[in-house]
Amino acid sequence: MLAEFEFPPISHLFVWPDIALKDTAFGINKVVLVIWLSSALTLLFFFAASARARKGSLVPSGVQNAAEAGYDLVEQSIAVEVMGHDGKKWAPFLSALFFWILFANLVGLVPIIQLPVASKIAIPMFLALLIWVLMIFMGFKSQGPKYFTNAIFPPGVPKALYILVTPIEFVSKFLVRPFSHMVRLFANLMAGHILLTTFALLTAALWLAKWNAVFLPLPLFMGIAMLGFELLVAVLQAYIFTILAAVYIGESLHPEH
Amino acid sequence: MNTLLTLAQTTGDIEGGLRAVGYGLAAVGPGVGIGYLVGNAVQAMARQPEAAPMVRTTMFLGIAFAEALALIGFVVTFL
Repeated sequence: MLAEFEFPPISHLFVWPDIALKDTAFGINKVVLVIWLSSALTLLFFFAASARARKGSLVPSGVQNAAEAGYDLVEQSIAVEVMGHDGKKWAPFLSALFFWILFANLVGLVPIIQLPVASKIAIPMFLALLIWVLMIFMGFKSQGPKYFTNAIFPPGVPKALYILVTPIEFVSKFLVRPFSHMVRLFANLMAGHILLTTFALLTAALWLAKWNAVFLPLPLFMGIAMLGFELLVAVLQAYIFTILAAVYIGESLHPEH
Repeated sequence: MNTLLTLAQTTGDIEGGLRAVGYGLAAVGPGVGIGYLVGNAVQAMARQPEAAPMVRTTMFLGIAFAEALALIGFVVTFL
């Protein structure tokens, strides 16, 4: 029997003790270290990519090719596609967002580290709030006070319908939007982490079990297959988070017609 | 049979079962929605391959919106 198999409470997977600066607001634990690592990787990636170009060499090679392809993806298929001509100006910000989330998600799948930081709700919450504040700020900056009235009184709607439309628009634009933006990244990564943990624990329990150890290959290979699936999710969620950020900011740059 | 019995005993509390059922219900709508959405997007891309990049971007947006409901259901399972 699988006496050894006992799934730990969910909080055990995500709560880590402080390593340094214990019991202060600036306590450093595994999550903080992974955040630093992914930020350092993002910086390193782009500095390495631009090293040759800064020396005056015009022919891209190696890392530079990868970085240029990635930047091109963000600029063409996210920024310009969604925001139109303004997109080129926003591409640096969006690609910083995209690559940080991408590296944070990928680092979270590396064995031994194995902690996708986006599965701590504070990180997606901060990113979603950043986009939310930026969206409102850019709206007021480019449209003036009319931004708010345009947003909650969409033009082209019969006057009487505003009783119904205005509360719905307000709630969906200013409350549900940042919430679902946050939950999308958070829940995908958390689900992946729990899934991988489940298969790893099941494999370990079957390894120790007696006759039912014959079932060991099932969770083992399922775990490996899920790791491949999580790689796909890591890239896709970074892409979707960035594309939604572009949609939200792009919408507040121009009034709706 | 014995394994099943232990399983039934350990997951005896009905609340956990209800949470799982809740998540299952939350996943039905988005599942249908995403299937329908991607099916139509594939059809659009097959009919007009030159519009594929635009269709793909819009498809991902639609998936993200439909998926949000299932994810909220998933998060509520743990609350």
